[in-house]
Amino acid sequence: MLMLEKRPQPSRLWTFATPVLAVVLTMFCGGLLFAALGQDPFETIRTIFLDPLFSEFAWFYRPQLLIKGAPLVLIAIGLSFGFRAGIWNIGAEGQYIVGAICGAAVGLAFFPMESFIILPLMVLAGALGGILWAMIPGLLRVRFGTNEILVSLMLVYVAEQLLASMALGALRNPDGMGFPGSRNLAQYPSATTWINQTIGMHWGVVTAFIAVIFAYIALSRHIFGFNVRLSGQSPRAARFAGVNPSALVLICMGISGGLAGLAGLFEVAGPAGQVSIDFNVGYGFTAIIVAFLGRLHPVGILLAGGLMALTYIGGEIAQSNLGLPVAAIQLLQGMLLFFLLAVDVLTNYRLRFGTKEIT
Amino acid sequence: MDLSSINPILLLASLMVAATPIMLAAIGELVVERAGVLNLGVEGMMITGAVCGFVVAVNTGSAWVGFLGAAVGGALLSVIFGFLTQFLLSNQVATGLALTLFGLGLSALMGQGYIGVKAPGFPDWDIPILGDIPFIGPIIFQHDPMVYVGLAIVVAVWAFLKFSRAGLILRAVGENHEAAHALGYHVVRVRMLAIMFGGACAGLGGAYLSLVRVPQWTEGMTAGAGWIALAIVVFASWRPGRLLLGAYLFGGVTVLQLNLQAAGAAIGVEYLSMAPYLATIAVLVIMRAGRAPGSLGQSFHASR
Repeated sequence: MLMLEKRPQPSRLWTFATPVLAVVLTMFCGGLLFAALGQDPFETIRTIFLDPLFSEFAWFYRPQLLIKGAPLVLIAIGLSFGFRAGIWNIGAEGQYIVGAICGAAVGLAFFPMESFIILPLMVLAGALGGILWAMIPGLLRVRFGTNEILVSLMLVYVAEQLLASMALGALRNPDGMGFPGSRNLAQYPSATTWINQTIGMHWGVVTAFIAVIFAYIALSRHIFGFNVRLSGQSPRAARFAGVNPSALVLICMGISGGLAGLAGLFEVAGPAGQVSIDFNVGYGFTAIIVAFLGRLHPVGILLAGGLMALTYIGGEIAQSNLGLPVAAIQLLQGMLLFFLLAVDVLTNYRLRFGTKEIT
Repeated sequence: MDLSSINPILLLASLMVAATPIMLAAIGELVVERAGVLNLGVEGMMITGAVCGFVVAVNTGSAWVGFLGAAVGGALLSVIFGFLTQFLLSNQVATGLALTLFGLGLSALMGQGYIGVKAPGFPDWDIPILGDIPFIGPIIFQHDPMVYVGLAIVVAVWAFLKFSRAGLILRAVGENHEAAHALGYHVVRVRMLAIMFGGACAGLGGAYLSLVRVPQWTEGMTAGAGWIALAIVVFASWRPGRLLLGAYLFGGVTVLQLNLQAAGAAIGVEYLSMAPYLATIAVLVIMRAGRAPGSLGQSFHASR
């Protein structure tokens, strides 16, 4: 009979091997799923995972990798701090929306003035918007002990309604002939986050790389990172070591909210262009998968963000070329997280064959 | 705004209907949490139940068979969660989130050909004498059978947890799984059964939305109802009686904001639609939750 035996220490080999194993398993089961949907499994898997990088038209898709990957990495880096400390901010989607609304509002307020100061102010407003939205669950947890999972998630739905109200009301383009949505910020030179549109470079990509470096240093070389990891592994020990749990909650919520807000701003003033009812495409939720797939480690998150961006682009190609439904990609992403959590058991436990000893 | 256009009898009657899906999902989750498992995948199981119920009901032409299909669909999905958390000892919070993401994708895929299709009818029950009582009759005794099935499940769960031996074992497993294991109870088996019951109830709740409340299939139609159900379990301090109160409170808020929208309130539609979510947050803040089951959210591995 198959038995699990706890390892004295998590296996280093499996720590690196499990994400790869999960991806392979997802490809296999995804293939079965596509076959069940009446597609050629090999062609579909190739279209999703390889065509964006190596096909004839890859020059067109490669910039998309940066565009789709940057917000995922940015949000996931922020989430990884909280997840390590046992603080579950799963409302990043809401913080992303509010950050985008705040940042865009600042940019739109200056229209049509041209000045180098506008973009930095927008970035500041975006980060602040995200932080403020994340402070609601943070402060409520610290002050009243409410569950931050539920509050941050409820605020996603509130933020979506706020976005609809803004796109149809306060931020609507006055010259838009009554169509919903704001002015196009990507066509407003002082406010756009684009650096070079043809290679997919915008300030969000730059910020994502900076965030990865800072997160790496903070987690592996700084006392703050140590406190975060300690609080996650043993909250009691952390209290004896002098970690203030309330402050840690607020800081972790602040980091994740701020980065999500930034991601929202960079997206709305660049690739999305305008505040519209549905400019958000669920990056805040996909980033949760990215954070886990990257093992909550900054470098891992960078790679995982790239892979997830690949499935988004590949999914779009498969949708237009093979007629694969969009939902199939969503399902594939959910499946990936399942397999990841399932094979994670190998990191902490050893598989043993044989009957249980009676001691 | 014309407040007189709101009919109090209709308001209270629709309150009972609005509360039913959340109540069904919440009572399932309550049992799961009393067994010491935190399943955050309620939203995913609900939406899967909604699509399973709708597909089955449309193909068989019977809403009852649809509800059965929804319960089976929700339970099957919850088995994935149970297998991962109970046998592969994965983190319950992360696995629950994964279940929600997976369920949303799965339901969208399954429901593709069913957008815009009409669900088979599910007539109201006209309870003979009781339904004719003025005022109370239309509010309480003129609903579709699932409203009463939901209430019956809540009462049954209350009795099960309070009076039966199996209920005592379930609570013991939730309070202290080490002690329950030492007494010779099968912690993992009890928890798997609880998780499947939770999945079936969430499925029923979802199907109530797609077959009775709306009644149509649209992608993402649960719109956070599963998360509100989770909040209600906390609000109820893990007790079935208060869960009923919580569900009706939220039903009331939902129905009231819909009525205000229809009456043309001066507040924007978007801000009124925020009301159920803001009310959930307010209730979580105001109501001090009682003590949670002792082993809630912890993995159990026997060989330690």
